[in-house]
Amino acid sequence: MIRQEQMQVVKQRAIATNIFELTLTGQLVLDMKQPGQFVHLRVSDQMEPLLRRPISISSIDESTLEFTMIYRAEGRGTTLLSEKKPGDQVDVLGPLGNGFPIDKVEEGQKALLVGGGIGVPPLFELSKRLVEKGVQPIHVLGFQSEDVVFYEKQFQELGETYIVTVDGSHGSTGFVTNVLDKFKDDFAVYYSCGPTPMLAALEKMYPSKEGYLSFEQRMGCGIGACFACVCDTTEKIEADYVKVCSDGPVFPSGVVRV
Amino acid sequence: MNRLATLLPGLSLKNPIMPASGCFGFGKEYAKLYDLSKLGAIMIKATTLETRLGNPTPRVAETPAGMLNAIGLQNPGLKKVLENELTWLEQYDVPIIANVAGYTTEDYVNVAESISKASNVQALELNISCPNVKQGGITFGTDPYIAEELTKAVKAVSSVPVYVKLSPNVTDIGAIAKAVEAGGADGITMINTLLGMRLDTKTGRPVIANVTGGLSGPAIKPVALRMVYDVAKQVSIPIIGMGGISTIDDVVDFLSAGASAVAVGTANFVDPFICPKLIEQLPEKLDDLGFETVTDLVGRSHRL
Repeated sequence: MIRQEQMQVVKQRAIATNIFELTLTGQLVLDMKQPGQFVHLRVSDQMEPLLRRPISISSIDESTLEFTMIYRAEGRGTTLLSEKKPGDQVDVLGPLGNGFPIDKVEEGQKALLVGGGIGVPPLFELSKRLVEKGVQPIHVLGFQSEDVVFYEKQFQELGETYIVTVDGSHGSTGFVTNVLDKFKDDFAVYYSCGPTPMLAALEKMYPSKEGYLSFEQRMGCGIGACFACVCDTTEKIEADYVKVCSDGPVFPSGVVRV
Repeated sequence: MNRLATLLPGLSLKNPIMPASGCFGFGKEYAKLYDLSKLGAIMIKATTLETRLGNPTPRVAETPAGMLNAIGLQNPGLKKVLENELTWLEQYDVPIIANVAGYTTEDYVNVAESISKASNVQALELNISCPNVKQGGITFGTDPYIAEELTKAVKAVSSVPVYVKLSPNVTDIGAIAKAVEAGGADGITMINTLLGMRLDTKTGRPVIANVTGGLSGPAIKPVALRMVYDVAKQVSIPIIGMGGISTIDDVVDFLSAGASAVAVGTANFVDPFICPKLIEQLPEKLDDLGFETVTDLVGRSHRL
Protein backbone atom coordinates (compact mmCIF):
# COMPACT_ATOMS: atom_id res chain seq x y z
CA MET A 1 0.00 0.00 0.00
CA ILE A 2 1.18 3.51 -0.80
CA ARG A 3 1.12 5.87 2.15
CA GLN A 4 2.12 9.40 2.95
CA GLU A 5 3.80 9.89 6.31
CA GLN A 6 5.82 12.51 8.14
CA MET A 7 8.80 10.33 9.02
CA GLN A 8 11.50 11.25 11.48
CA VAL A 9 15.22 11.48 10.76
CA VAL A 10 17.14 9.00 12.92
CA LYS A 11 20.58 9.73 11.57
CA GLN A 12 22.38 11.17 8.58
CA ARG A 13 26.06 11.09 7.65
CA ALA A 14 28.30 11.66 4.67
CA ILE A 15 29.83 8.35 3.55
CA ALA A 16 31.78 9.64 0.53
CA THR A 17 32.18 12.92 -1.33
CA ASN A 18 28.63 14.34 -1.66
CA ILE A 19 27.18 10.89 -0.89
CA PHE A 20 24.88 10.73 2.13
CA GLU A 21 23.33 7.93 4.12
CA LEU A 22 19.99 8.92 5.66
CA THR A 23 17.90 6.80 8.03
CA LEU A 24 14.23 7.57 8.70
CA THR A 25 11.72 5.94 11.00
CA GLY A 26 7.95 5.49 10.83
CA GLN A 27 5.09 3.06 10.24
CA LEU A 28 5.54 3.20 6.49
CA VAL A 29 8.54 0.85 6.87
CA LEU A 30 6.07 -1.98 7.51
CA ASP A 31 4.84 -1.68 3.92
CA MET A 32 8.31 -2.00 2.40
CA LYS A 33 8.25 -5.56 1.16
CA GLN A 34 10.67 -5.78 -1.76
CA PRO A 35 14.25 -4.64 -2.28
CA GLY A 36 14.50 -2.15 -5.17
CA GLN A 37 11.45 -0.04 -4.37
CA PHE A 38 11.74 3.70 -3.86
CA VAL A 39 10.23 6.55 -1.88
CA HIS A 40 9.20 10.00 -3.10
CA LEU A 41 10.34 12.74 -0.72
CA ARG A 42 9.50 16.37 -0.17
CA VAL A 43 12.68 18.05 0.97
CA SER A 44 10.96 21.26 2.05
CA ASP A 45 7.45 22.39 2.91
CA GLN A 46 7.99 25.55 0.86
CA MET A 47 7.01 26.01 -2.80
CA GLU A 48 10.58 25.66 -3.92
CA PRO A 49 11.80 23.07 -4.65
CA LEU A 50 8.27 22.09 -5.56
CA LEU A 51 8.39 18.48 -6.67
CA ARG A 52 9.20 15.35 -4.74
CA ARG A 53 12.52 13.56 -5.15
CA PRO A 54 12.52 9.83 -5.95
CA ILE A 55 15.16 8.02 -3.89
CA SER A 56 15.78 4.30 -3.74
CA ILE A 57 15.62 2.34 -0.52
CA SER A 58 18.99 0.82 0.39
CA SER A 59 18.05 -1.08 3.55
CA ILE A 60 14.96 -1.88 5.56
CA ASP A 61 14.72 -2.82 9.24
CA GLU A 62 11.20 -3.76 10.26
CA SER A 63 12.24 -4.46 13.85
CA THR A 64 13.23 -0.84 14.47
CA LEU A 65 10.78 0.64 11.91
CA GLU A 66 13.77 2.22 10.15
CA PHE A 67 14.86 2.39 6.55
CA THR A 68 17.97 3.85 4.97
CA MET A 69 18.65 5.67 1.72
CA ILE A 70 21.95 6.51 0.09
CA TYR A 71 21.90 9.43 -2.31
CA ARG A 72 24.13 11.96 -3.98
CA ALA A 73 23.63 15.62 -3.06
CA GLU A 74 23.91 17.35 -6.43
CA GLY A 75 20.98 19.68 -7.00
CA ARG A 76 19.12 22.01 -4.71
CA GLY A 77 16.65 19.36 -3.53
CA THR A 78 19.14 16.70 -2.50
CA THR A 79 21.40 19.35 -0.96
CA LEU A 80 18.51 20.48 1.26
CA LEU A 81 17.86 16.84 2.12
CA SER A 82 21.49 16.41 3.17
CA GLU A 83 21.01 19.18 5.74
CA LYS A 84 18.29 17.27 7.64
CA LYS A 85 19.22 16.52 11.26
CA PRO A 86 18.07 13.80 13.67
CA GLY A 87 14.57 14.64 14.87
CA ASP A 88 13.63 16.57 11.68
CA GLN A 89 10.53 15.44 9.78
CA VAL A 90 10.49 14.38 6.15
CA ASP A 91 7.29 14.00 4.09
CA VAL A 92 7.55 10.54 2.55
CA LEU A 93 5.30 8.97 -0.07
CA GLY A 94 5.87 5.27 -0.54
CA PRO A 95 6.85 2.58 -0.91
CA LEU A 96 6.62 3.00 -4.68
CA GLY A 97 7.28 0.81 -7.68
CA ASN A 98 8.13 -2.83 -8.13
CA GLY A 99 11.44 -4.11 -6.82
CA PHE A 100 13.80 -7.00 -7.58
CA PRO A 101 12.17 -10.44 -7.47
CA ILE A 102 14.18 -12.74 -5.20
CA ASP A 103 12.10 -15.81 -5.99
CA LYS A 104 13.88 -16.18 -9.33
CA VAL A 105 16.95 -17.71 -7.74
CA GLU A 106 17.20 -20.69 -5.41
CA GLU A 107 19.18 -21.58 -2.32
CA GLY A 108 22.71 -22.65 -3.19
CA GLN A 109 22.70 -20.80 -6.52
CA LYS A 110 24.75 -17.74 -7.38
CA ALA A 111 23.38 -14.30 -8.29
CA LEU A 112 25.36 -11.54 -9.98
CA LEU A 113 24.64 -8.01 -8.68
CA VAL A 114 26.00 -5.18 -10.79
CA GLY A 115 25.74 -1.58 -9.62
CA GLY A 116 26.89 1.72 -11.09
CA GLY A 117 27.42 4.78 -8.89
CA ILE A 118 24.23 5.92 -7.23
CA GLY A 119 22.59 2.76 -8.62
CA VAL A 120 24.49 0.69 -6.06
CA PRO A 121 22.29 1.38 -2.97
CA PRO A 122 19.18 -0.74 -3.78
CA LEU A 123 21.47 -3.73 -4.37
CA PHE A 124 22.40 -3.70 -0.67
CA GLU A 125 18.97 -4.72 0.64
CA LEU A 126 18.69 -7.14 -2.29
CA SER A 127 21.99 -8.78 -1.38
CA LYS A 128 21.00 -9.09 2.28
CA ARG A 129 17.77 -10.85 1.33
CA LEU A 130 19.54 -13.17 -1.10
CA VAL A 131 22.07 -14.14 1.57
CA GLU A 132 19.22 -14.79 4.04
CA LYS A 133 17.78 -17.16 1.45
CA GLY A 134 21.05 -19.01 1.06
CA VAL A 135 21.90 -17.53 -2.33
CA GLN A 136 25.52 -16.59 -2.97
CA PRO A 137 25.79 -13.01 -4.28
CA ILE A 138 28.68 -11.74 -6.38
CA HIS A 139 28.91 -7.94 -6.36
CA VAL A 140 30.50 -5.89 -9.13
CA LEU A 141 30.27 -2.22 -8.24
CA GLY A 142 31.43 0.60 -10.48
CA PHE A 143 32.18 4.17 -9.38
CA GLN A 144 33.71 7.24 -10.95
CA SER A 145 36.67 7.50 -8.61
CA GLU A 146 37.89 6.52 -5.14
CA ASP A 147 36.31 9.48 -3.34
CA VAL A 148 32.77 8.38 -4.27
CA VAL A 149 33.15 4.69 -3.43
CA PHE A 150 30.87 3.58 -0.60
CA TYR A 151 29.73 0.43 1.22
CA GLU A 152 32.69 -1.66 0.00
CA LYS A 153 33.05 -3.34 3.39
CA GLN A 154 29.31 -3.86 3.85
CA PHE A 155 29.07 -5.65 0.50
CA GLN A 156 32.22 -7.69 1.23
CA GLU A 157 30.55 -9.00 4.38
CA LEU A 158 27.73 -10.36 2.24
CA GLY A 159 29.82 -11.95 -0.50
CA GLU A 160 32.48 -11.70 -3.18
CA THR A 161 32.87 -8.01 -4.11
CA TYR A 162 34.73 -6.33 -6.98
CA ILE A 163 35.17 -2.57 -7.10
CA VAL A 164 35.87 -0.77 -10.39
CA THR A 165 36.62 2.92 -10.84
CA VAL A 166 36.66 4.77 -14.14
CA ASP A 167 39.93 6.52 -13.27
CA GLY A 168 41.50 3.49 -11.61
CA SER A 169 41.96 5.26 -8.27
CA HIS A 170 40.42 2.32 -6.41
CA GLY A 171 39.94 -1.33 -7.35
CA SER A 172 40.35 -2.14 -11.02
CA THR A 173 40.23 0.41 -13.81
CA GLY A 174 37.43 1.05 -16.27
CA PHE A 175 33.79 -0.03 -16.27
CA VAL A 176 31.98 -2.93 -14.64
CA THR A 177 32.03 -4.70 -18.00
CA ASN A 178 35.86 -4.81 -17.90
CA VAL A 179 35.61 -6.93 -14.76
CA LEU A 180 32.71 -9.01 -16.05
CA ASP A 181 34.69 -9.88 -19.21
CA LYS A 182 37.00 -11.98 -17.06
CA PHE A 183 34.11 -13.74 -15.31
CA LYS A 184 32.70 -17.15 -15.91
CA ASP A 185 28.97 -16.76 -16.19
CA ASP A 186 28.20 -19.46 -13.65
CA PHE A 187 25.39 -17.53 -11.98
CA ALA A 188 21.65 -18.20 -12.20
CA VAL A 189 20.31 -14.65 -12.38
CA TYR A 190 21.71 -11.17 -12.64
CA TYR A 191 20.37 -7.99 -11.06
CA SER A 192 21.50 -4.49 -11.89
CA CYS A 193 20.90 -0.82 -11.19
CA GLY A 194 22.83 2.04 -12.72
CA PRO A 195 23.18 4.23 -15.81
CA THR A 196 21.26 3.04 -18.87
CA PRO A 197 24.40 2.40 -21.00
CA MET A 198 25.59 0.01 -18.30
CA LEU A 199 22.26 -1.83 -18.29
CA ALA A 200 22.38 -2.03 -22.09
CA ALA A 201 25.91 -3.47 -21.95
CA LEU A 202 24.78 -6.16 -19.51
CA GLU A 203 21.86 -7.20 -21.70
CA LYS A 204 24.27 -7.55 -24.61
CA MET A 205 26.75 -9.49 -22.53
CA TYR A 206 24.25 -11.99 -21.14
CA PRO A 207 21.59 -12.45 -23.84
CA SER A 208 20.52 -15.87 -22.59
CA LYS A 209 20.58 -15.16 -18.86
CA GLU A 210 17.63 -14.14 -16.76
CA GLY A 211 18.21 -10.58 -15.59
CA TYR A 212 16.37 -7.84 -13.72
CA LEU A 213 17.28 -4.23 -14.39
CA SER A 214 16.35 -1.14 -12.43
CA PHE A 215 15.90 1.94 -14.63
CA GLU A 216 16.12 5.61 -13.90
CA GLN A 217 14.00 8.28 -15.59
CA ARG A 218 12.98 11.83 -14.69
CA MET A 219 9.72 11.58 -12.76
CA GLY A 220 6.77 13.78 -11.90
CA CYS A 221 4.15 12.15 -9.71
CA GLY A 222 5.95 8.87 -8.94
CA ILE A 223 2.69 6.88 -8.99
CA GLY A 224 1.97 6.46 -12.70
CA ALA A 225 -0.42 9.33 -13.35
CA CYS A 226 1.62 11.99 -15.14
CA PHE A 227 3.31 10.01 -17.95
CA ALA A 228 6.65 11.78 -17.48
CA CYS A 229 8.78 8.65 -17.04
CA VAL A 230 7.65 6.47 -19.95
CA CYS A 231 10.10 4.24 -21.84
CA ASP A 232 9.69 2.49 -25.18
CA THR A 233 9.45 -1.27 -25.04
CA THR A 234 10.77 -4.07 -27.24
CA GLU A 235 8.65 -6.65 -29.06
CA LYS A 236 9.13 -8.91 -26.01
CA ILE A 237 5.98 -7.47 -24.41
CA GLU A 238 2.65 -6.37 -25.81
CA ALA A 239 2.54 -2.90 -24.25
CA ASP A 240 3.88 -0.02 -26.38
CA TYR A 241 5.44 1.67 -23.38
CA VAL A 242 6.09 1.23 -19.68
CA LYS A 243 6.19 3.76 -16.88
CA VAL A 244 9.37 3.53 -14.82
CA CYS A 245 7.69 4.69 -11.60
CA SER A 246 4.72 2.34 -11.44
CA ASP A 247 5.47 -0.50 -13.89
CA GLY A 248 9.14 -0.53 -12.78
CA PRO A 249 11.64 0.67 -11.81
CA VAL A 250 12.75 -2.97 -12.10
CA PHE A 251 12.01 -4.75 -15.39
CA PRO A 252 13.07 -8.14 -16.71
CA SER A 253 15.99 -7.75 -19.14
CA GLY A 254 14.99 -7.16 -22.75
CA VAL A 255 11.68 -5.45 -22.02
CA VAL A 256 12.73 -1.79 -22.06
CA ARG A 257 14.25 -0.51 -25.29
CA VAL A 258 17.72 0.73 -24.37
CA MET B 1 -28.08 21.54 2.92
CA ASN B 2 -24.72 20.90 1.33
CA ARG B 3 -22.78 24.16 1.61
CA LEU B 4 -20.30 22.99 -1.01
CA ALA B 5 -22.85 21.99 -3.66
CA THR B 6 -22.21 23.60 -7.01
CA LEU B 7 -24.53 23.54 -10.01
CA LEU B 8 -23.06 24.03 -13.47
CA PRO B 9 -24.34 23.16 -16.93
CA GLY B 10 -24.52 19.37 -17.00
CA LEU B 11 -22.84 19.07 -13.63
CA SER B 12 -24.32 18.70 -10.20
CA LEU B 13 -21.18 18.79 -8.05
CA LYS B 14 -21.10 17.79 -4.39
CA ASN B 15 -18.19 20.20 -4.01
CA PRO B 16 -16.38 22.58 -6.37
CA ILE B 17 -12.99 20.83 -6.32
CA MET B 18 -11.75 18.47 -9.03
CA PRO B 19 -8.43 17.24 -10.40
CA ALA B 20 -7.37 18.93 -13.64
CA SER B 21 -6.91 17.05 -16.89
CA GLY B 22 -3.47 15.56 -17.47
CA CYS B 23 -2.59 15.53 -13.78
CA PHE B 24 -4.76 12.61 -12.74
CA GLY B 25 -4.58 10.08 -15.58
CA PHE B 26 -7.94 8.30 -15.68
CA GLY B 27 -8.07 8.09 -11.89
CA LYS B 28 -6.71 4.56 -11.36
CA GLU B 29 -3.51 5.59 -9.61
CA TYR B 30 -5.28 7.92 -7.19
CA ALA B 31 -8.05 5.37 -6.54
CA LYS B 32 -5.42 3.36 -4.68
CA LEU B 33 -4.97 6.30 -2.32
CA TYR B 34 -8.53 7.52 -1.63
CA ASP B 35 -12.17 7.14 -2.62
CA LEU B 36 -12.66 9.02 -5.90
CA SER B 37 -16.34 9.60 -5.01
CA LYS B 38 -15.14 12.33 -2.64
CA LEU B 39 -14.22 14.51 -5.62
CA GLY B 40 -16.49 17.16 -7.10
CA ALA B 41 -15.71 15.78 -10.57
CA ILE B 42 -12.79 14.29 -12.48
CA MET B 43 -11.33 15.88 -15.59
CA ILE B 44 -9.81 12.86 -17.32
CA LYS B 45 -6.65 12.91 -19.41
CA ALA B 46 -7.05 14.27 -22.94
CA THR B 47 -8.49 11.68 -25.29
CA THR B 48 -7.73 11.62 -29.01
CA LEU B 49 -9.18 9.48 -31.80
CA GLU B 50 -6.11 7.25 -32.09
CA THR B 51 -3.54 6.05 -29.57
CA ARG B 52 -0.82 8.63 -28.93
CA LEU B 53 2.57 7.76 -27.53
CA GLY B 54 3.53 11.32 -26.68
CA ASN B 55 6.83 13.17 -26.87
CA PRO B 56 10.38 11.92 -26.27
CA THR B 57 11.78 12.13 -22.72
CA PRO B 58 12.77 14.09 -20.66
CA ARG B 59 9.21 15.37 -20.57
CA VAL B 60 9.25 17.30 -17.31
CA ALA B 61 11.54 19.79 -15.62
CA GLU B 62 11.24 21.55 -12.32
CA THR B 63 11.27 25.36 -12.26
CA PRO B 64 11.02 27.87 -9.40
CA ALA B 65 7.67 27.11 -7.70
CA GLY B 66 6.55 25.27 -10.80
CA MET B 67 7.24 22.70 -13.45
CA LEU B 68 7.40 22.41 -17.20
CA ASN B 69 5.88 19.47 -19.02
CA ALA B 70 5.72 18.32 -22.59
CA ILE B 71 4.00 14.95 -22.32
CA GLY B 72 2.40 15.34 -25.76
CA LEU B 73 -1.16 14.14 -25.03
CA GLN B 74 -0.15 10.51 -24.56
CA ASN B 75 -3.34 8.45 -24.25
CA PRO B 76 -4.66 5.05 -25.35
CA GLY B 77 -7.13 6.52 -27.87
CA LEU B 78 -10.92 6.86 -27.89
CA LYS B 79 -11.82 3.16 -28.15
CA LYS B 80 -9.73 2.06 -25.20
CA VAL B 81 -10.73 5.07 -23.11
CA LEU B 82 -14.39 4.15 -23.63
CA GLU B 83 -13.89 0.42 -23.05
CA ASN B 84 -11.39 0.41 -20.22
CA GLU B 85 -11.17 3.74 -18.48
CA LEU B 86 -14.68 5.17 -18.48
CA THR B 87 -16.28 1.81 -17.78
CA TRP B 88 -13.94 1.33 -14.83
CA LEU B 89 -14.79 4.81 -13.50
CA GLU B 90 -18.50 3.91 -13.39
CA GLN B 91 -18.02 2.32 -9.96
CA TYR B 92 -17.54 5.80 -8.48
CA ASP B 93 -20.23 8.34 -7.75
CA VAL B 94 -18.44 11.15 -9.52
CA PRO B 95 -19.20 13.10 -12.70
CA ILE B 96 -16.59 12.85 -15.43
CA ILE B 97 -15.54 15.77 -17.58
CA ALA B 98 -13.92 14.30 -20.69
CA ASN B 99 -11.05 16.32 -22.14
CA VAL B 100 -11.15 16.06 -25.94
CA ALA B 101 -8.22 16.76 -28.29
CA GLY B 102 -7.36 16.25 -31.94
CA TYR B 103 -5.32 17.22 -34.99
CA THR B 104 -8.28 18.43 -37.01
CA THR B 105 -11.86 19.63 -36.54
CA GLU B 106 -13.05 16.18 -37.67
CA ASP B 107 -10.97 14.55 -34.92
CA TYR B 108 -12.53 16.75 -32.25
CA VAL B 109 -16.02 16.16 -33.61
CA ASN B 110 -15.58 12.38 -33.80
CA VAL B 111 -14.17 12.05 -30.30
CA ALA B 112 -16.74 14.47 -28.83
CA GLU B 113 -19.72 12.76 -30.42
CA SER B 114 -18.69 9.35 -29.22
CA ILE B 115 -17.30 10.10 -25.74
CA SER B 116 -20.25 12.37 -24.83
CA LYS B 117 -22.50 9.30 -25.02
CA ALA B 118 -20.66 7.47 -22.24
CA SER B 119 -23.01 7.20 -19.25
CA ASN B 120 -20.73 8.87 -16.72
CA VAL B 121 -19.43 11.65 -18.98
CA GLN B 122 -21.51 14.66 -17.96
CA ALA B 123 -19.55 17.36 -19.75
CA LEU B 124 -16.79 17.78 -22.31
CA GLU B 125 -13.72 19.93 -21.97
CA LEU B 126 -12.53 20.97 -25.39
CA ASN B 127 -8.75 21.11 -25.32
CA ILE B 128 -7.82 23.92 -27.70
CA SER B 129 -4.85 24.90 -25.61
CA CYS B 130 -2.25 22.12 -25.37
CA PRO B 131 1.07 23.84 -26.14
CA ASN B 132 3.02 20.61 -26.61
CA VAL B 133 1.73 19.14 -29.85
CA LYS B 134 2.69 20.31 -33.32
CA GLN B 135 -0.76 19.98 -34.84
CA GLY B 136 -4.10 20.74 -33.24
CA GLY B 137 -4.18 21.76 -29.60
CA ILE B 138 -3.17 25.36 -29.17
CA THR B 139 -3.53 26.20 -32.87
CA PHE B 140 -7.31 26.07 -32.31
CA GLY B 141 -7.12 28.21 -29.21
CA THR B 142 -5.21 31.28 -30.31
CA ASP B 143 -7.53 32.57 -33.03
CA PRO B 144 -11.04 33.67 -31.95
CA TYR B 145 -12.64 32.73 -35.28
CA ILE B 146 -11.18 29.21 -35.35
CA ALA B 147 -12.04 28.69 -31.66
CA GLU B 148 -15.64 29.74 -32.28
CA GLU B 149 -16.04 27.51 -35.34
CA LEU B 150 -14.63 24.49 -33.53
CA THR B 151 -16.92 25.11 -30.55
CA LYS B 152 -19.93 25.25 -32.90
CA ALA B 153 -18.93 22.04 -34.63
CA VAL B 154 -18.50 20.17 -31.35
CA LYS B 155 -21.68 21.62 -29.82
CA ALA B 156 -23.61 20.31 -32.82
CA VAL B 157 -22.68 16.70 -32.05
CA SER B 158 -22.19 16.57 -28.28
CA SER B 159 -24.80 14.90 -26.07
CA VAL B 160 -23.57 16.82 -23.02
CA PRO B 161 -22.61 20.46 -22.25
CA VAL B 162 -19.32 21.64 -23.71
CA TYR B 163 -16.70 23.59 -21.77
CA VAL B 164 -13.75 25.06 -23.65
CA LYS B 165 -10.29 25.07 -22.08
CA LEU B 166 -8.52 28.33 -22.85
CA SER B 167 -4.84 28.98 -23.41
CA PRO B 168 -3.07 31.82 -21.63
CA ASN B 169 -0.64 32.06 -24.55
CA VAL B 170 -2.63 34.77 -26.31
CA THR B 171 -2.67 38.56 -26.35
CA ASP B 172 -6.34 38.91 -25.45
CA ILE B 173 -7.88 35.95 -23.65
CA GLY B 174 -11.16 37.84 -23.33
CA ALA B 175 -11.58 37.83 -27.11
CA ILE B 176 -11.20 34.03 -27.22
CA ALA B 177 -13.59 33.63 -24.28
CA LYS B 178 -16.25 35.74 -26.01
CA ALA B 179 -15.73 33.84 -29.24
CA VAL B 180 -16.32 30.43 -27.68
CA GLU B 181 -19.33 31.80 -25.82
CA ALA B 182 -20.70 32.99 -29.17
CA GLY B 183 -19.94 29.53 -30.56
CA GLY B 184 -22.29 28.06 -27.98
CA ALA B 185 -19.91 26.94 -25.24
CA ASP B 186 -21.71 26.10 -21.99
CA GLY B 187 -18.71 27.02 -19.87
CA ILE B 188 -15.03 27.87 -19.85
CA THR B 189 -12.17 26.14 -18.12
CA MET B 190 -9.01 28.17 -17.67
CA ILE B 191 -6.08 28.30 -17.82
CA ASN B 192 -3.97 25.70 -19.58
CA THR B 193 -0.19 25.91 -19.13
CA LEU B 194 2.01 28.84 -20.13
CA LEU B 195 4.58 28.06 -22.79
CA GLY B 196 8.07 28.13 -21.31
CA MET B 197 11.51 26.58 -21.37
CA ARG B 198 14.47 25.73 -19.20
CA LEU B 199 18.09 25.41 -20.22
CA ASP B 200 20.87 23.34 -18.76
CA THR B 201 23.09 26.24 -17.73
CA LYS B 202 26.32 24.27 -18.22
CA THR B 203 25.62 23.12 -21.77
CA GLY B 204 23.02 25.62 -22.95
CA ARG B 205 20.79 22.77 -24.10
CA PRO B 206 17.04 22.71 -23.39
CA VAL B 207 16.25 20.36 -20.50
CA ILE B 208 13.01 19.12 -22.11
CA ALA B 209 13.39 16.98 -25.23
CA ASN B 210 10.52 18.88 -26.88
CA VAL B 211 12.59 22.08 -26.29
CA THR B 212 9.61 23.94 -24.85
CA GLY B 213 6.96 22.87 -22.38
CA GLY B 214 3.92 24.08 -20.50
CA LEU B 215 4.56 25.86 -17.22
CA SER B 216 2.29 25.00 -14.30
CA GLY B 217 2.31 25.12 -10.52
CA PRO B 218 2.15 27.92 -7.92
CA ALA B 219 4.35 30.13 -10.14
CA ILE B 220 1.48 30.71 -12.60
CA LYS B 221 -1.27 31.42 -10.08
CA PRO B 222 -1.17 35.24 -10.38
CA VAL B 223 -1.44 35.02 -14.18
CA ALA B 224 -4.32 32.54 -14.00
CA LEU B 225 -6.14 34.55 -11.37
CA ARG B 226 -5.90 37.75 -13.38
CA MET B 227 -7.23 35.97 -16.47
CA VAL B 228 -10.17 34.41 -14.61
CA TYR B 229 -11.00 37.82 -13.14
CA ASP B 230 -10.89 39.44 -16.59
CA VAL B 231 -12.88 36.76 -18.40
CA ALA B 232 -15.52 36.61 -15.64
CA LYS B 233 -16.32 40.24 -16.46
CA GLN B 234 -16.67 39.56 -20.16
CA VAL B 235 -18.77 36.39 -20.41
CA SER B 236 -21.94 35.15 -18.76
CA ILE B 237 -21.15 31.41 -18.96
CA PRO B 238 -19.55 29.82 -15.86
CA ILE B 239 -15.83 29.33 -15.40
CA ILE B 240 -13.93 26.44 -13.86
CA GLY B 241 -10.69 28.07 -12.71
CA MET B 242 -7.26 26.49 -12.52
CA GLY B 243 -3.61 27.45 -12.56
CA GLY B 244 -1.31 26.83 -9.61
CA ILE B 245 -3.96 26.00 -7.03
CA SER B 246 -2.34 24.21 -4.11
CA THR B 247 -3.86 25.66 -0.92
CA ILE B 248 -7.33 26.43 0.38
CA ASP B 249 -6.57 30.15 0.07
CA ASP B 250 -5.89 29.61 -3.64
CA VAL B 251 -9.33 27.98 -3.95
CA VAL B 252 -10.95 30.98 -2.26
CA ASP B 253 -9.09 33.40 -4.53
CA PHE B 254 -10.24 31.71 -7.74
CA LEU B 255 -13.85 31.54 -6.55
CA SER B 256 -13.67 35.19 -5.51
CA ALA B 257 -12.30 36.15 -8.92
CA GLY B 258 -15.33 34.60 -10.57
CA ALA B 259 -14.72 30.87 -11.01
CA SER B 260 -17.71 28.71 -10.03
CA ALA B 261 -15.52 25.70 -9.36
CA VAL B 262 -11.79 24.97 -9.44
CA ALA B 263 -9.43 22.32 -10.73
CA VAL B 264 -6.18 21.25 -9.11
CA GLY B 265 -3.31 20.17 -11.36
CA THR B 266 0.37 20.09 -10.48
CA ALA B 267 -0.37 20.04 -6.73
CA ASN B 268 -1.51 16.41 -7.16
CA PHE B 269 2.11 15.52 -7.93
CA VAL B 270 3.39 17.31 -4.84
CA ASP B 271 0.71 15.89 -2.56
CA PRO B 272 -1.41 13.13 -4.08
CA PHE B 273 -4.00 13.64 -1.34
CA ILE B 274 -4.39 17.37 -2.05
CA CYS B 275 -7.93 17.24 -3.53
CA PRO B 276 -9.61 15.48 -0.57
CA LYS B 277 -7.61 17.69 1.80
CA LEU B 278 -8.88 20.87 0.14
CA ILE B 279 -12.45 19.54 0.11
CA GLU B 280 -12.19 18.88 3.83
CA GLN B 281 -10.76 22.33 4.56
CA LEU B 282 -13.33 24.26 2.55
CA PRO B 283 -16.26 24.41 5.07
CA GLU B 284 -14.02 25.77 7.81
CA LYS B 285 -12.62 28.34 5.41
CA LEU B 286 -16.15 29.46 4.53
CA ASP B 287 -16.83 29.89 8.27
CA ASP B 288 -13.64 31.94 8.72
CA LEU B 289 -14.67 34.26 5.90
CA GLY B 290 -18.29 34.44 7.00
CA PHE B 291 -19.88 32.81 3.96
CA GLU B 292 -22.67 30.27 4.20
CA THR B 293 -22.13 28.53 0.86
CA VAL B 294 -19.55 28.24 -1.89
CA THR B 295 -22.00 29.92 -4.25
CA ASP B 296 -22.04 33.01 -2.01
CA LEU B 297 -18.30 33.31 -2.46
CA VAL B 298 -18.26 33.05 -6.25
CA GLY B 299 -17.40 36.36 -7.89
CA ARG B 300 -17.25 38.37 -4.65
CA SER B 301 -14.21 40.38 -5.85
CA HIS B 302 -16.44 41.86 -8.56
CA ARG B 303 -19.04 43.01 -6.03
CA LEU B 304 -16.74 44.99 -3.76
